[in-house]
Amino acid sequence: MKNSSQIEASFAFDKDVFQRKHVKHWREEGIKAGLFLCTSVSVLTTFAIVWILVREAGVFFQDVSLFDFLFGTQWTPLFQPRSFGVLPLVCGTLLIVIGTALIALPVGLATAIYLSEYASSRVRSFLKPILEVLAGIPTVVYGYFALTFVTPLLRAVFPQVQIFNAVSASIVVGIMVLPMVASLCDDTLRAVPGSLRQGAYAVGATPFEVTLGVVIPSSLSGIMAAFVLAFSRAIGETMAVTLAAGATPKITMDPFVSIQTMTAYIVQVSLGDTPAGGTAYQTIFAVSALLFIITLGMNIASNHLLSKFREVYE
Amino acid sequence: MISEDLTRRYWIAKIFYWFCFAVAWTGVVILGILLFHVTREGIQWLDFQFLSDFPSRFPAKAGIQSALFGTLWLMSFTALFSVPIGIGSGIYLEEFTHKNRYSRFIDLNISNLAGVPSIVYGMLGLVIFVRWFGLNQSVLAGSMTMSLLILPIIIISTREALRAVPNTIRQAAFALGATRWQTIYAHVLPAALPGILTGIILALSRAVGETAPLIMIGALTYVAFVPEGPMDDFTALPIQIFNWASRPQKEFHELAAAGILVLLFVLLLMNSIAVYIRHWSEKRNR
Repeated sequence: MKNSSQIEASFAFDKDVFQRKHVKHWREEGIKAGLFLCTSVSVLTTFAIVWILVREAGVFFQDVSLFDFLFGTQWTPLFQPRSFGVLPLVCGTLLIVIGTALIALPVGLATAIYLSEYASSRVRSFLKPILEVLAGIPTVVYGYFALTFVTPLLRAVFPQVQIFNAVSASIVVGIMVLPMVASLCDDTLRAVPGSLRQGAYAVGATPFEVTLGVVIPSSLSGIMAAFVLAFSRAIGETMAVTLAAGATPKITMDPFVSIQTMTAYIVQVSLGDTPAGGTAYQTIFAVSALLFIITLGMNIASNHLLSKFREVYE
Repeated sequence: MISEDLTRRYWIAKIFYWFCFAVAWTGVVILGILLFHVTREGIQWLDFQFLSDFPSRFPAKAGIQSALFGTLWLMSFTALFSVPIGIGSGIYLEEFTHKNRYSRFIDLNISNLAGVPSIVYGMLGLVIFVRWFGLNQSVLAGSMTMSLLILPIIIISTREALRAVPNTIRQAAFALGATRWQTIYAHVLPAALPGILTGIILALSRAVGETAPLIMIGALTYVAFVPEGPMDDFTALPIQIFNWASRPQKEFHELAAAGILVLLFVLLLMNSIAVYIRHWSEKRNR
């Protein structure tokens, strides 16, 4: 039979353990709550972006109708006669996106094909970091490069090119998003199972036929996701187009003349001396809201395409 | 007939290979041209005087001291805000939640935030930090805006680093009676640290070159003093470069090139630290 002191000792021990557990439990919950608060910052950011754009653009749309804004063909908010049709800015942005796509999509995809289908692991380990460096160069540097290198080069070949033009800006934006396209396409191409390739080789296909007939069709949604993301990046790109594409909003498909994109307009207003609060100033919120909606839609589309791709192979 | 067709197909395959080969290496060529061009234009201005002078309307007297210190201030405060919150979010999302509706919502939210154009973050900073919080064009307003901008990058890379830690480490700690936080703090985090650090450095090097949000919050282009506290006005390297590049005179373009050389040097330094950490952790794990 245990004596009372032994029983007491074991009881005290148990109590101690229980209390320590209790303290631990509370600390665990506190830490968990703190970490949860950290994640709420990013949720709040999203809500804050949507909220300020809706509120400030709302002020703008009290003076200008949504229809005039979306379908008007004159953009002259900073001088008389004022006109608030956003189409010239959209057209300028579209021109940049088209130019970017013409460069970044084929070059990015071909680079990805080389990396995933042909390159040895040694070449890969050399080329991928270089592409990362290219992706890591700040956009203002690309703007400088467009202005002082690409444009003079273009003007030497085509004398009609203006100092500020869409084509030079598109070229550098294309170079800028190229690494992203290459790396995302590379990931999707490499996710295609080797057995598919081996099957095609076994029936006598050449490497070209395997790539074009088997690998690319089976990774099409992943490639599309990369392409859509490239569009979205080109639309949101700011500094390079501000420096190189000009500040003349107009509806044109001529890549050699000065244009203005949505982002470049926002920068122009915030650098200038437009008084804050007036309708002219509130335009930047309306344009930002449009920019946000377009890029958000594209990012969601890209995510959707990527998850479709993953459903098949992962 | 068959052999002729086969020759043709082999030719196409060969041409396609060389096409992909040439295109893949153009990236390297472009990088080379860019670096060569910037160096050729800017190297003559790059001296001690350039680093220690303030901006000026005379090219010969212009320098980047205020921009360099501004960037330093900005990055310190950006790291101060974004690193703890980013790592905290990453840990919560990777270690504390199961796949449920909330975690899927956060996932979607973060990947969408990562795709929001940087200029929109600038609008957010302008309305919330500059106007509401009354921080004006201070270092604090700039670094808070930058923090929100790079937060998704830090969260995503933290999660990837945590995911790469083998589950057996967690199970061993749990089996010995450690709580979830003890397991994370003492075992999972140290193992994931190199990956997390690399992600942080890459995120910060994105912030170093970011220009548009700073212009939106109204960071000044002409600042002839070094900030002395978080509430001071400031300028930063990319803003100074943008300012010089947007002027018509050739001398200022060359100054912009010299500024770019400094900026690229800073980025190179940060990236080599990241590469070194990766290398060191790979060696340790071997």
